[in-house]
Amino acid sequence: MTNHIITLPLLVNLFISIILMFYWRKVRLQKIVSVAGSVLGLAVAILVFIHVYQNGTQTVASGNWSAPFGIVLVGDMLAATLILLTAISALAVSVFSTVAVINARLRFGYFSVFHFLILGLNGAFLTGDIFNLYVWFEIIIISSFVLISIGGEKNQLEGAVKYFTLNFFASMIFLTALGILYGLAGTLNMADLSAKVSQIDNQVLVEVCAILFLVGFGIKSAVFPLYFWLPASYHTPPAAVSAIFSGLLTKVGVYAMIRVFSVIFEMTPFLQTLLMVIAVLTIFSGGVGSLIQNNIRKVFSYLIICHIGFMIGGLAMFTKVAIAGVAFYLIHDIIIKTNLFLIAGLIFRMKASSSMRKIGGIYSNYPKLSLLISIPLFSLIGIPPLSGFWPKISLIIASFELKHYWFFGALIFGSFITLVIIARLWSRVFWKEQPKMDSNPKFNYFYQLSKFDKMRFVLPIVLLTIVTLYIGFGAEHIQEISTRIAEEIVNKDLYINAVLKSS
Amino acid sequence: MKTIILQTASNYLLPVLLLFSVFILLRGHYLPGGGFVGGLVAAIAFVLDAFANGINETKRVLKFHPGYFMPVGLGIAFLSAISPIVLADLPIMTGLWADGSIPVLGTIGSALFFDTGVYLVVIGAALTIIFTISESA
Amino acid sequence: MEILLAIMIGFLYAAGIYMIMRRSIVKLILGIVLLGNGVNLLIFLLGRITKGEPPIIPGTESVIEGLYADPIPQALILTAIVISFGLQSFAIILVKRAYKVLGTDDLDQLNTTDENS
Repeated sequence: MTNHIITLPLLVNLFISIILMFYWRKVRLQKIVSVAGSVLGLAVAILVFIHVYQNGTQTVASGNWSAPFGIVLVGDMLAATLILLTAISALAVSVFSTVAVINARLRFGYFSVFHFLILGLNGAFLTGDIFNLYVWFEIIIISSFVLISIGGEKNQLEGAVKYFTLNFFASMIFLTALGILYGLAGTLNMADLSAKVSQIDNQVLVEVCAILFLVGFGIKSAVFPLYFWLPASYHTPPAAVSAIFSGLLTKVGVYAMIRVFSVIFEMTPFLQTLLMVIAVLTIFSGGVGSLIQNNIRKVFSYLIICHIGFMIGGLAMFTKVAIAGVAFYLIHDIIIKTNLFLIAGLIFRMKASSSMRKIGGIYSNYPKLSLLISIPLFSLIGIPPLSGFWPKISLIIASFELKHYWFFGALIFGSFITLVIIARLWSRVFWKEQPKMDSNPKFNYFYQLSKFDKMRFVLPIVLLTIVTLYIGFGAEHIQEISTRIAEEIVNKDLYINAVLKSS
Repeated sequence: MKTIILQTASNYLLPVLLLFSVFILLRGHYLPGGGFVGGLVAAIAFVLDAFANGINETKRVLKFHPGYFMPVGLGIAFLSAISPIVLADLPIMTGLWADGSIPVLGTIGSALFFDTGVYLVVIGAALTIIFTISESA
Repeated sequence: MEILLAIMIGFLYAAGIYMIMRRSIVKLILGIVLLGNGVNLLIFLLGRITKGEPPIIPGTESVIEGLYADPIPQALILTAIVISFGLQSFAIILVKRAYKVLGTDDLDQLNTTDENS
C-alpha cells in the first residue's frame, strides 16, 4: 500500500483549476467553485500536515521510478507546514478576490490562474528533484505574470514588464546553475546530489554553481542588491493579487535557498559570510526604503524586503536555533504579509486612495475594523506576546552564540524601523483627520457596499488575524514545529535517508 | 495573404497535416515524437489555414474557441495521471498498460492518454496565443 | 566541437544580456530569446557530447554494452524549450499590450511605478 496523501494538495488544485477553465465566462460560478476549492484545499493541507506530523517525512516516487532516477515528492515538516500556510492564505485571498477583483478581470480566467499558482507553490514545496523545482518555479512565475498583468491598466503593465524581465532573468540564471550542476554531478535528485557534490574534485566550480543558485533565488526572494523589481511592481495589481504574491512568492525563493543550501551544498564559511552581509544590507535597505514611501502598498513592499533579511540572516548562521527562528519567522511572515496587503486593499476600498497624504480618519469612521487591523500591524512589529516577537528571540540567541553582532544590530534596527513605520502609518492613516478630498462619485466606497460584500472583505482579514493570534499565543506549538523543522534541516541525513531508502 | 494558390493548397494541407500530427502523437510511444510535437504540428496546420482563409474561417472550422482545448486536454492528462492511484494503488503517474496490442495503435497505456492530453493542451495554448496576437494587431 | 559550442554559448549569453539591457522594449524580447537559447545549449554541452548509441537496452540483455548517450539533457532541454516557448509568447503579448497602452517603447520612460506618490 503506497501512500498518496502528499500528492493530494497538487491534485486538488489542478482539478479545481481545470474545472474553472471550463467555465471561464461564468463569473458567479467561478467564485463559488474557487472558494469551495480553497476550502477543500485547506482540508487536504491539514490532512497532509497531520499525517506528516505524526508519521515523519513522506515520499512518493512519481511514476513508480525509484529515488535517484525518477522525480520524488518529499513531504517533510517544512514542506507540510508551508503547504498548510499556503492553503490558509489561498482561502483568505480567494474569498477576498470574490469581491475585491472586478468582474472584467475575473472573466479572463483569474481564478483558474490563481489555483494554478497555488498548484505551483505546492509543487515547489513538495518536490525532491532540483529540475522539477525549476519547472514548478516556472509554473509559479507564468501564473504570476498572468495575474499581475490581468486587467491591463497602465501602471500594471509597466510593473508587469519589470517583474517579467527580472524574474525571467532569475529563471535563466537558475537554469544555468542547474545545467552546470548536472554537468558536474550527473544527477538531479536533491538527496542524491548531496552525496555526489561533496565528491566532485573541482570544488571551485561547485562554489560558482552555489553562487549562481544564490543569485537566481536571490532575485526571486528580493534580497539586497537584487530587489528593485519588487517595489516597482507589487503595488500595481489588485490588492488580492499582491497579497498572494507578497505572502508566498518571495517566500518560495527563501524556501528554495533553505533547501538548496542545506541539502545540496555545504555551508562554507565564505557562503555564510556572503549570506550574512546580504541579510544585513537587505534589512537596512528595505527598512530605510520603506521610511520614505507614502503609498501604503509601497511601504508594505519595502517591509517585505526588510523582513526577508531576517530569514536570510538566520539561514546564514545555520545552527539549529537559528533555523528554528527562520522557520518560525517564515510561518509568521506568510500569514502576516498576506494580511497586510488585504488590509491595504480594504483601506483603498474605504478611501479610494493608497497615498498616506490623501487619506486619514479611518479610526473615527471604522473604530471596530481599526482595532481588528491593529492586531496584524502590531504582530508585524513583534510586540510580545504577538507572533512577530517569538522568532526574533531564537534569531537573537543564535546571533549571540555565534557572535554575529552585526546581524544582531540589524535585527534590532529592522524591528525598530518597523515600529517607526507602523506607528507613522497608524497615526497618518487611522488617527489623522481626513484631509479634504473630492469624493469620486464613480467609486464604490466601502460604506456603500451591501452587508454580504462587506463580510467578504472583512472575513479573510479576520481569518488571517485569528491565525496570527494563534501563532502568537500558541507559540509553544509553533516553536515545537519549528524546532522539528530545524532538526530536519540541519541534519540533512534525515532528508537523504528518507528519500533514498524509501525506494 | 489571400492568394488562390495558398488557399487551394491549405484546403488540402489542413487534413493532411492534422493526420500527420496524429501519426506523430501515436508514434511517440516507441520512436521519437509525442504529444507536444504532434500538438505543434496540428497548431501549425490551423495557423496555415488562418493565413490562407482568415482567422474567422479557421474559427468556424474549429467550432470551439481554442481556449476550451486546454481544459479538455488538462482533464485527460489529469485523469491519466491519477488513474494508477485509483485503479492500481500505485504512485501517481505510473504507467498502466493494457494486455495485448491493437493494430495501428500498439499497446494502449495511460501514457497514450497523457500524451493525448498534452496534444490538446498544446493546440489550445498555441492557437490561443496566436489568435490573441493577430486579433490585437 | 566543445570549444565551438562553448564560444557560441558565451556569445549567446553576452548578446542576450546586452539586448536585455538596451532601452528598446523589442530588443528586450530578442535578448530574452537569445538568453533562453544560450541556456539550452549550455545544458546540451554540459550533458557531455558523445557519439554514442541511444540508451535503449535490447530486449535480451540487462545492461548496455559500449558508449551510450545520456538521455537526460535532452529531456531537460525539451522541458526548458517548452517553458521558454510559453514565456516568450507571453512576453510578446505583454510587450505589445504595454506598447499600446503606454505609447512608448523606451524602457527609460517606464518610470511611473517608481514615482513617490
